[in-house]
Amino acid sequence: MRLSDNAEEILEYLWRMNNEMGKELVNWEELKEDKDAPEMKELLARKYISISDDGIRLRNAGLKEAERTVRRHRLAERLMVDVFDLKESLVEDTACRFEHLLRREVEDSICTLLGHPNYCPHHKPIPPGRCCRKAERIVKPLVIRATELDKGAKGIVAFLHVKNSKKLQKLMAMGILPGIHIESVQKFPSYVFRIGQTYIALDKEMARAILVRKSDEE
Amino acid sequence: MNTRTKQKEASCHSAGSEIIEGSQRVILVGNPNVGKSVVFGNLTGNYVTVSNYPGTTVEVTRGNGRIDNKDVGIIDTPGMYSLLPITEEERVARAILLNENSDIVVHVADAKSLERTLHLTLQLIETGLPLILDLNLMDEADRLGIKIDLDRFQSELGIPVVATIATENKGMNNLRQAIVDIPKKSGKVFRYDATIESAIAEITELIGGNYRISKRSLALLLLQDDSEINDLLAKEENKAAIDGIVEKTKKEYSEPLNYLITIQRQQIINEIVQKSTIAVKPGRIGLRERLSRLMMSPVTGLPFLLLVLYALYEFVGVFGAQVAVDFLEKTIFGNYINPYVTRIVTMIIPWKILQDLFVNDYGIITLGIRYAIAIIMPIVATFFIAFSIIEDTGYLPRLAMLIDRVFKKIGLNGRAVIPVVLGFGCDTMATMVTRTLETRKEKIISTLLLALAIPCSAQLGVILVLLSGNVEMLWIFAGVMALVFMLVGYLAAKIIPGESPLFYMEVPPLRWPKLSNVFTKTYTRVEWYFKEVLPLFILASVFIWIGKITKLFDLIVNLLSYPTSWIGLPKEAATAFLFGFFRRDFGAAGLYDLKTAGLLTGVPLLVSIVTIALFMPCIAQFSITIKERGWKMALGMAAFIFPFAFFVGFLVNLILTTLGVTL
Repeated sequence: MRLSDNAEEILEYLWRMNNEMGKELVNWEELKEDKDAPEMKELLARKYISISDDGIRLRNAGLKEAERTVRRHRLAERLMVDVFDLKESLVEDTACRFEHLLRREVEDSICTLLGHPNYCPHHKPIPPGRCCRKAERIVKPLVIRATELDKGAKGIVAFLHVKNSKKLQKLMAMGILPGIHIESVQKFPSYVFRIGQTYIALDKEMARAILVRKSDEE
Repeated sequence: MNTRTKQKEASCHSAGSEIIEGSQRVILVGNPNVGKSVVFGNLTGNYVTVSNYPGTTVEVTRGNGRIDNKDVGIIDTPGMYSLLPITEEERVARAILLNENSDIVVHVADAKSLERTLHLTLQLIETGLPLILDLNLMDEADRLGIKIDLDRFQSELGIPVVATIATENKGMNNLRQAIVDIPKKSGKVFRYDATIESAIAEITELIGGNYRISKRSLALLLLQDDSEINDLLAKEENKAAIDGIVEKTKKEYSEPLNYLITIQRQQIINEIVQKSTIAVKPGRIGLRERLSRLMMSPVTGLPFLLLVLYALYEFVGVFGAQVAVDFLEKTIFGNYINPYVTRIVTMIIPWKILQDLFVNDYGIITLGIRYAIAIIMPIVATFFIAFSIIEDTGYLPRLAMLIDRVFKKIGLNGRAVIPVVLGFGCDTMATMVTRTLETRKEKIISTLLLALAIPCSAQLGVILVLLSGNVEMLWIFAGVMALVFMLVGYLAAKIIPGESPLFYMEVPPLRWPKLSNVFTKTYTRVEWYFKEVLPLFILASVFIWIGKITKLFDLIVNLLSYPTSWIGLPKEAATAFLFGFFRRDFGAAGLYDLKTAGLLTGVPLLVSIVTIALFMPCIAQFSITIKERGWKMALGMAAFIFPFAFFVGFLVNLILTTLGVTL
């Protein structure tokens, strides 16, 4: 049985208070939860928390589970911002719903896809997962925007992320398509990419729409 | 052989001769920068502008050539990347394919970037039109070590393929032979995934009418939301049913259909290219490459730009505007023509009034023709020589990418450098070129800035002479103009509605300009300029003559002397300003006369130069603005520009005198 969404939210809250505010004991007024609420029972049954009249505190098992929940939430935020290019105002709400859908395996895949990021878009640390420790050598994300390619670095276009179909058409007309090898030649004042024997100059907005997988070959 | 009798419309072409009725007709299509115009020139013997800059060939050029002792009509279309159009040029090019009778389509392609160019080839094959693929720029491909197996290529595509180096006239006979042979069979059919194929099948089933391009091609364009094809078929076909299929197909995928179709086409292309080419060397960075990167990097690119500007100044500003003008003005006109003509005219015509029409201060010959030939021509000619060289080397796209960020601030994108730089040559020509900009907003802003803050070479030449020897004044002038350019651009970008532009551009390889090309191009441009400018100069002389004898001229000069004196200028400058309404270079040349007479120096000279430089360029530019932007916009711009020019002059005068600056 998975933990309910509300229970996960409580864990997240407790973890944040614990790790970022330094409060191990959170009193009931702050939490705004009822002692007899079903999610409380859920958490108690799993021995994630201990409660008293003063308040509520995380137990060791709860701390671990809470950390994973926070991790999923912040990874979801990164995914919304980095890959889906969602507006800042929409990120929070979407991420909140998304985190509960993430499962362990998917969580690690997304973390890898994003390059094991250390911080969420709000600059709060993302607790590292197994995958991060395993892949400590690989620091670069697998899929990045073409604007993030270093000068001289090569990549393969993974996909084009454009909402506006005219923009998509322009990129395609320039020969920028998934599977194409591109090299970043210059980044300022405009972006210049080499595709085969063709050089293409793009402004930031156009270049951002190109998502590339970094390639170390050649 | 063919009995085409249909009358063709004469709407969308300006240059080139009419195609001889009943002759075979060939349409040239291809990406920009692949030498299409050179191929056209080789086939017809007529000259068209060859340019390194994407999208300069806006106008459709037609010509006649003789192949195998038969007349062949040839149409050169604007550059297109895809059959699905984005730009105005692509729309024009496709409209020609869709609407005009043709026997053969020749796709002129860049042999060194087949992966990219074949998109259009495959789309053209889909249209079912008889097609020849001309792999041009074989020399550049060769240099990169790309070897192409033509036979294999031909069989993979199912159409005739020829290889050419158009600039050296190599392989042209193979192309001519292919045209004579007329490709009989259409190319192979390249298949997309099952869902798209079944949609194509259903749509082709529903299309009943006959069109110049195949139903398969139409179906594919409809699936990709092509609004023009939608409109084309809306009248005659069962559009509701077709739309239903398109909608149904869209729902099958999460991505747009044109994206999917392009990706699938890319896979087909990759296979073809792999089978029929061998790339020997991996891209080694040669000298050409290094130079190109030097021009594009901001650290080296900006000094390089300054170097280019300096060379331009030396050539146009010093050699053209001073040495050549001096010689023609003082020696040729001053010593020979003017005295000679004056003597003859006074001998033949006894009446002073009529004498004034031809000679004396404002005569057609002594003023109109002297200005046009002795002052304007050397400047314009040297500018166009320099511009043609810059254009043919492919420097302009590099400049565009350098300047894009700055131009974004004024609502334009890097692409707008072409009209702006050209504007320093001739604002009228440049206003015509604003057509190549994408959005309405960009077109309006660039037209306004050209009319206001970009002095043309004719005017700039005179100004440089006026300011020669006074570096401070030159810098203040340049600073004021740049400030006005940025400020008005910035405000216009804020006021004029429309989305902000995107910058995307292919950067073609650096190429050595061909002297013959530079020469012919300059010649055509100067010729065009003269056809446009000389009548206006003569007209201006006549107007002034009429104005003088009817006293109307004095009245206007009197009226103008008010704003003139407000900005601290002598009354005589009003005459120059009146000329400035005809052509601002004409006005500037009038200031030149005032300065020579010692009436205008120091701050007032600078103020008058700034004011006249901000005027609308000339009647020709105004009429082109009307043509391109409409009456309302053109009049609105004029209503803004003239008072604004005086206002800036007023400010400059106020600031300089308050600060107690003496120049």
